[in-house]
Amino acid sequence: MSALLEVNGVSVSFDGFKAINNLSFSIGEPEMRAVIGPNGAGKTTFMDIITGKTRPDEGEVLWGEENRSLLRMSEAQIAQAGVGRKFQRPTVFEDQSVRDNLMVALKKDRTPWAALTYRGSDADSARIEELATEIGLLDHLSTTAGILSHGQKQWLEIGMLLAQEPRLLLVDEPAAGMSTEEREHTTDILVNAAKTKAVVVVEHDMDFVRRLNCRVTVLHEGSVLAEGSLDHVMANQEVIDVYLGR
Amino acid sequence: MRAMKTVPYFLAVLFAVVLGVTILSQAYGTGGISVSFTKVLGMTLCLCLAALAMDLVWGYCGILSLGHFAFFGLGGYMVGMWLMTARTEAVVRANMANNVIPPTEAEISQGTALQIFSVVGAEDWPWMWAVSDSLFLSLLLVVLIPGLLALVFGWLAFRSRVTGVYLSILTQAMTLALSLYLFQNDTGLRGNNGLSGLQNIPGVSAGQSYLSIWFFWASALALALGYVGSAWVVSGKFGNVVRGIRDDEQRVRFLGYSVEGYKLFVFVLSAVICGIAGALFYPQAGIINPDEIAPIASIYLAVWVAIGGRGRLYGAVIGAALVSLLSTYFTGGRAPDVNLGIFTIQWIDWWPVLLGLGFVLITLFAPNGIAGLFDKLVRK
Ligand SMILES: Nc1ncnc2c1ncn2[C@@H]1O[C@H](COP(=O)(O)OP(=O)(O)O)[C@@H](O)[C@H]1O
Ligand SMILES: [Mg+2]
Repeated sequence: MSALLEVNGVSVSFDGFKAINNLSFSIGEPEMRAVIGPNGAGKTTFMDIITGKTRPDEGEVLWGEENRSLLRMSEAQIAQAGVGRKFQRPTVFEDQSVRDNLMVALKKDRTPWAALTYRGSDADSARIEELATEIGLLDHLSTTAGILSHGQKQWLEIGMLLAQEPRLLLVDEPAAGMSTEEREHTTDILVNAAKTKAVVVVEHDMDFVRRLNCRVTVLHEGSVLAEGSLDHVMANQEVIDVYLGR
Repeated sequence: MRAMKTVPYFLAVLFAVVLGVTILSQAYGTGGISVSFTKVLGMTLCLCLAALAMDLVWGYCGILSLGHFAFFGLGGYMVGMWLMTARTEAVVRANMANNVIPPTEAEISQGTALQIFSVVGAEDWPWMWAVSDSLFLSLLLVVLIPGLLALVFGWLAFRSRVTGVYLSILTQAMTLALSLYLFQNDTGLRGNNGLSGLQNIPGVSAGQSYLSIWFFWASALALALGYVGSAWVVSGKFGNVVRGIRDDEQRVRFLGYSVEGYKLFVFVLSAVICGIAGALFYPQAGIINPDEIAPIASIYLAVWVAIGGRGRLYGAVIGAALVSLLSTYFTGGRAPDVNLGIFTIQWIDWWPVLLGLGFVLITLFAPNGIAGLFDKLVRK
């Protein structure tokens, strides 16, 4: 299994404060990976760097078989290359229907002209329904996204990621504010996605991470503190200090 | 799809208005409407078209441009150059016809230039009048020049991710700079004199009563086409993407869409629509000068759209029609002053206050404007 994404020695500072410090990370395809770490560890910033939102001061981010550098690409180009991202706060198009949210996300030509002349096909409708079923929103296809519950918005956003057919999914705190059943459904969606894709999940909740049943990377002060199975990292004295010493 | 559904209703209302005005016109009807009021109505339709463009860029794409009247004015200037050249040339030709030695084309051209530019102390054709003798090329410029300015400005602004109030200020600066530039006497467009006599269409011998209704029809046609075109643009997937940009630019970007490209597309499209609206407006107004594109004009455009209701094409049209007609009424000296005994309300002075108050009230109590209230009624 060769790496799909490789992050090497990346650092970034905000006004002299090092949010990411010489961080290296790599993930294959398919693979599920959980990234944990205390608040302010740099988890969101790490995703910002991969998706092109934040440019690192040093280091490299390599993508795919040809090891293309993502650092010279725009956010849109990175997304088109196959990186999908879910934000920490659920962000969906609130005044559009669930169907339209998914339709906009479907993997298609992204140029203005293509959008102007787009005519939905039966295959597209079928795909939208399939996605809606997976995220449990089949009955809400015509619902305006703004009136969905918090958990449903999170799912819709995950559904939009899946609609993009990315090779790598970056999912920032998907279970925040969810009930226990909702969390379980979320786990199912992610585990299912990880059968064919690389999935990186940032999460605080240890039970949630345990259910993902995958390799864990612990971030602390912008660097990787430990990596391995959940039990392995939780036995690490440094990790215990970081988590319990707060 | 919502916007496309309004098309038949909109066209029906517009057609009824056109029919009514035609029946009351001097040229073809009872003569119940004066020529000058026909022109006011025709110009109002052009303003509605500009408001439609403003709604595309602001109501749908979330770009609060406060410079769109620059494009409107440029459209007017482009057609104005042809109108002035052709008409002045005809006059010069007629004057020289009685000369003992028949004038050469060069002499006619010189004479025309002298006529046009003597007010600013010049006598040669400025470079920007190079195609003013060709109607076809001038009409092409009506589309190209506003489009090009919007393309260059938008490319620079959007590429640098300028958004929100900063972008609004930048668009104000753009229209201010353009108007100050045109105010210069030596920039070739006759400084503060502007272009005048635009109501006379060269080669057309029909009187103003006919011209006024023809221009009214043309303006109505442009508005109808603009409405159908805009509704088509915003009702498909393009509309979903653009509204997505308005509501959450970041989300659209991380879905893989080039937000800058979409913004540029809408910005340029709306600038072109404004240019066309201006090109139809100024032959009815008869005169254009740099004051027309002063920053305040573009702010008014935004106010109309806000009052009418953003993100609903007909809202922009309602707002522009209502406010500009009321404005004509109150500032045209026809509204009776209100005598309060110790104090007399003179509408010329108090209309801006009334407008401002209306704007504040609408913003506070009907954030979706008049069209929003209308929507509520229809749904009940
Ligand atoms: N744009 C920014 N400007 C300044 N500081 C930032 C910025 N983004 C993140 N930070 C800081 O970087 C650190 C890491 O933040 P973040 O990546 O959001 O942490 P996490 O997601 O792990 O909680 C925090 O201390 C945060 O305050
Ligand atoms: Mg975070």
